[in-house]
Amino acid sequence: MSGTFTPAPGAAPLVSQVRTQTSMEARLLLRNGEQLLLAVVIPVIALVGGVIASRHLDFSLAHRPVDVLTPGVFALAIMSTSFTSLAIATGFERRYGLLKRLGASPLPRIGLLAGKVLALLFVEVLQLIVIGGVGLALGWEPDALGFLLVIPVALVGTAAFAGLGLFVAGTLRAEATLAAANLIYLLLMAGGAVVLPRSSYGGFGAALRLLPSGALGDALRSAFLDGRLDLVPMLVLIVWAVGGAWLAARYFKWE
Amino acid sequence: MRYDDKVAVDGLTLTVERGSITAVLGPNGAGKTTTLETCEGFRKPQSGEVRVLGLDPITQRHDLLPRIGVMLQSGGAWSGVTAVEMLRHIAALHSSPLPVEMLVERLGLGDCGRTPYRRLSGGQQQRLGLAMAVVGRPELVFVDEPTAGMDPAARRTTWELLQELKADGVTIVLTTHYMDEAERLADQVHVIDHGRLIASGSPFELTRAKGHATIRLVVTEPFPPDAPLSLARTLGPDTEVITVNDYSLLITGPADHSTLAKVSAWCEEQGVLPESLSLGQRTLEDVFLQLTGRELLP
Repeated sequence: MSGTFTPAPGAAPLVSQVRTQTSMEARLLLRNGEQLLLAVVIPVIALVGGVIASRHLDFSLAHRPVDVLTPGVFALAIMSTSFTSLAIATGFERRYGLLKRLGASPLPRIGLLAGKVLALLFVEVLQLIVIGGVGLALGWEPDALGFLLVIPVALVGTAAFAGLGLFVAGTLRAEATLAAANLIYLLLMAGGAVVLPRSSYGGFGAALRLLPSGALGDALRSAFLDGRLDLVPMLVLIVWAVGGAWLAARYFKWE
Repeated sequence: MRYDDKVAVDGLTLTVERGSITAVLGPNGAGKTTTLETCEGFRKPQSGEVRVLGLDPITQRHDLLPRIGVMLQSGGAWSGVTAVEMLRHIAALHSSPLPVEMLVERLGLGDCGRTPYRRLSGGQQQRLGLAMAVVGRPELVFVDEPTAGMDPAARRTTWELLQELKADGVTIVLTTHYMDEAERLADQVHVIDHGRLIASGSPFELTRAKGHATIRLVVTEPFPPDAPLSLARTLGPDTEVITVNDYSLLITGPADHSTLAKVSAWCEEQGVLPESLSLGQRTLEDVFLQLTGRELLP
């Protein structure tokens, strides 16, 4: 005898759970107007604005402005998604009990994390396509090897920022996370050697190489300007990734 | 189970029979949610042992979670998703979920439309929470105050659904501070207060009192202060009189054909005018009142 609700419990295969989780996370990242502004509109404005401004201002660039700025804006886009968007989304997931709800579902924590990371990478691919397209329209001439090197650089950059983003989201209240994530993003965008290379910051430049923003910008500029994997910024990003992951794992509060 | 130095649940021992509905009843702050969350593996007990379907909710979480359904007291979705999207999502995490459309229809979630979760009413969020708890075809569901904030129609729908789940062999553990909910649904009721079990039994066992009567007396003007004492003396040594409020007393004790007459004679003697005087079976509400001297709902 079997009724409508006769028990038939069980978890879906992990791969299919992760697929479900990824597609939901990615959809939510793209659906939200503010997130889209952060992900695409601001980077594109920074790129177009930067190229135009460089005709009138001296940024002390060693290459053509569009060739320097496009990889810098890639770095900005990766930072906005893997840090700011992730932190804000996760902060509200905590607030609305979503993390607790998923914690009572068959989805294991590793599946939750995988879903988040894959969704971030998916959004980043879309960002790179849009920004790259705009860059090319502005006359960007990248080193072709850059398109290969961007993969490891984006991965460690995402890991570095995502750990920090989860740390912020897992320790502060949702509103405080919103404020902090936006503030840090703005500060790094202006002063973190992301969009503009460190050479534009005069004497501060050397110190900025230790920030995740500066390191990600450096690595992407090396990749697209010279077709070179720059090991120092990669190392810096790896250190930030390990530190961020440790902080998040240690201090993240689920409720 | 402690939070800092406050003991939330203390030495609570209860077992749940498969295929039954068990209600954990108690006032706010009694430790109901803490008890449930310990069973769901969200909290680790400082001492004692918890086994759910024979599994340890902490160390065997991975095996346990697919088999149980959980309805949280509040929240439990992305702020920007619609109810149906969220239910579909939870369904997709299970191997053989119930048809989402069926649950949407049964629980009236269709009227949530395109509204994001954060703007759903409390009752709508509750109904979604219940749907998410059962969609994976669990063997056992934990529902935390399932009908809090629901309108009467939704309450009825929820009760019907829970009864149908039980009929199909699902074990249900629910917390509530509504007596009528526990009396109507539960096979077994555990009354807890301050984290301790104060009574257990079927609603019938708990409310039945052989040879005892429960009398409610409501009067038009406040009782004199010594009224409970003097009435208890009038009725005999084993009688217990509890002040419900200034106008109302609850009397329990051995009863015979003269009991009501004695009560009304006492009223006359005290010069109070009864507004209502009734003799009957006690309710779970009365049981709680007798056990704790307090009312369940403030």
